[in-house]
Amino acid sequence: MSNIPNELLYTASHEWVRKESDGSYTVGITEHAQELLGDMVFVELPEVGDTLSAGDDCAVAESVKAASDIYAPISGEVVAVNEALEDSPELVNSDPYNDGWFFRVMPSDDGDLENLLDADAYQAVIDEE
Amino acid sequence: MANKTVLYAKHVEANAKIVDFHGWDMPLNYGSQIEEHHAVRKDAGMFDVSHMTVVDIKGEKAQAFLRYLLANDVAKLKVTGKALYSGMLNEDAGVIDDLITYYLTDTYYRMVVNSATREKDLAWINKQAAAFDVSITELPELAMIAVQGPNAKAKAATVFTAEQNAAVEGMKPFFGVQAGSLFIATTGYTGEAGYEIMVPEAEAADLWQALLDAGVQPAGLGARDTLRLEAGMNLYGQDMDETINPLAANMGWTIAWEPSERDFIGRAALTELKAAGTDKLVGLVMEEKGVLRHGMPVYFTDDNGVEHEGIITSGTFSPTLGYSIAMARVPNAIGSTAEVEMRKKRVAVKVIAPNFVRNGKQAF
Repeated sequence: MSNIPNELLYTASHEWVRKESDGSYTVGITEHAQELLGDMVFVELPEVGDTLSAGDDCAVAESVKAASDIYAPISGEVVAVNEALEDSPELVNSDPYNDGWFFRVMPSDDGDLENLLDADAYQAVIDEE
Repeated sequence: MANKTVLYAKHVEANAKIVDFHGWDMPLNYGSQIEEHHAVRKDAGMFDVSHMTVVDIKGEKAQAFLRYLLANDVAKLKVTGKALYSGMLNEDAGVIDDLITYYLTDTYYRMVVNSATREKDLAWINKQAAAFDVSITELPELAMIAVQGPNAKAKAATVFTAEQNAAVEGMKPFFGVQAGSLFIATTGYTGEAGYEIMVPEAEAADLWQALLDAGVQPAGLGARDTLRLEAGMNLYGQDMDETINPLAANMGWTIAWEPSERDFIGRAALTELKAAGTDKLVGLVMEEKGVLRHGMPVYFTDDNGVEHEGIITSGTFSPTLGYSIAMARVPNAIGSTAEVEMRKKRVAVKVIAPNFVRNGKQAF
């Protein structure tokens, strides 16, 4: 069983989203996603200042197995990226919900959040795979 | 219901991620395939290869039969235990399988063939053997463990009996010897030193555990693939198959053209293909970010300005080198550079002979 923290929101494409105290949202991929992909070898991130629309492919997680697009869960401006992934992509495997985060977005439309899944709904998505 | 090797319980015990491999439930990794890869390059790792098929060929005409069956020539084998890598071709010179043959006596050879091709191999071998006075016996009662890496032999030595250690003392690469209940061979699929050990099924789990206790890291199919690709070794079904001749699969060195009077299956077709010229299998190196993968198209322009296209047969991230490598089948005119189309852009790659890592070091 994969770990699916209750305090996070999710997408059906296996990203997670966490609200930060400054109003931005941190985005990463779930433990389930990294298990499916296997050892991460490269991560391509958006640039700080990029404007994302919800559903855009905005990053790439490339593992030993496949290159996977990462989709923006919400619209907004990229305010930070996890530069540690440049040299240590394996953080996505070892700590997907913390040190393995991808980027942070300052949302332009809070309505996007309503389209995200809670932990139970995301569990149901996995169960159907 | 998938087949399981006798070591399946040991894999589950070690938290292996199990995947289907041509009808066998096999370990993909035991956590991190990259760590397993490094264990083999820097220390010692072991693979369960019990799904592979062992076939004994015995009889007065065993040598004559194999000289006809295989593109390489078993008559080269004059020292007991010596092994030979060869393609087994069809009449059109397509590769039915690639395999290893051990010379035990003039009337006794042992072959190890791929598991994915087991049924068609056995059917083909038996069909061809009908005209020869030989017996063909599969040995499914043997499990097989490959122990590979710079410390593999030393760690295996702590597990072998005194008799077995005496038997493998000074054994050169590509030999095999029966020692006690084990058939121990200095072969492998990683580009490192080590052994492939055939062991009776009833003893296999104990041998696996003993090697584990000796500090040998279990490694799965994921690491096996990156290791063999770094070593420039073909994977049957991916880098070649029945539609590909050995000259187009970097197996030209395994074809014994001499003596010219030796007839082997596929010789006539292969002679024509050689005269006409064939594609070739090359190595690709891409130092920028990204991973070359199976099926990606390869482009290059020849001296006359004509663009040619080939295809990546195997590609991966090389954990040893830290960037991507691949094998590609391309027209013969290729030079030292090419472009690969990946994710809707073309990326420059270096073209080299398909041999990337040997004994832990960059090989090009």
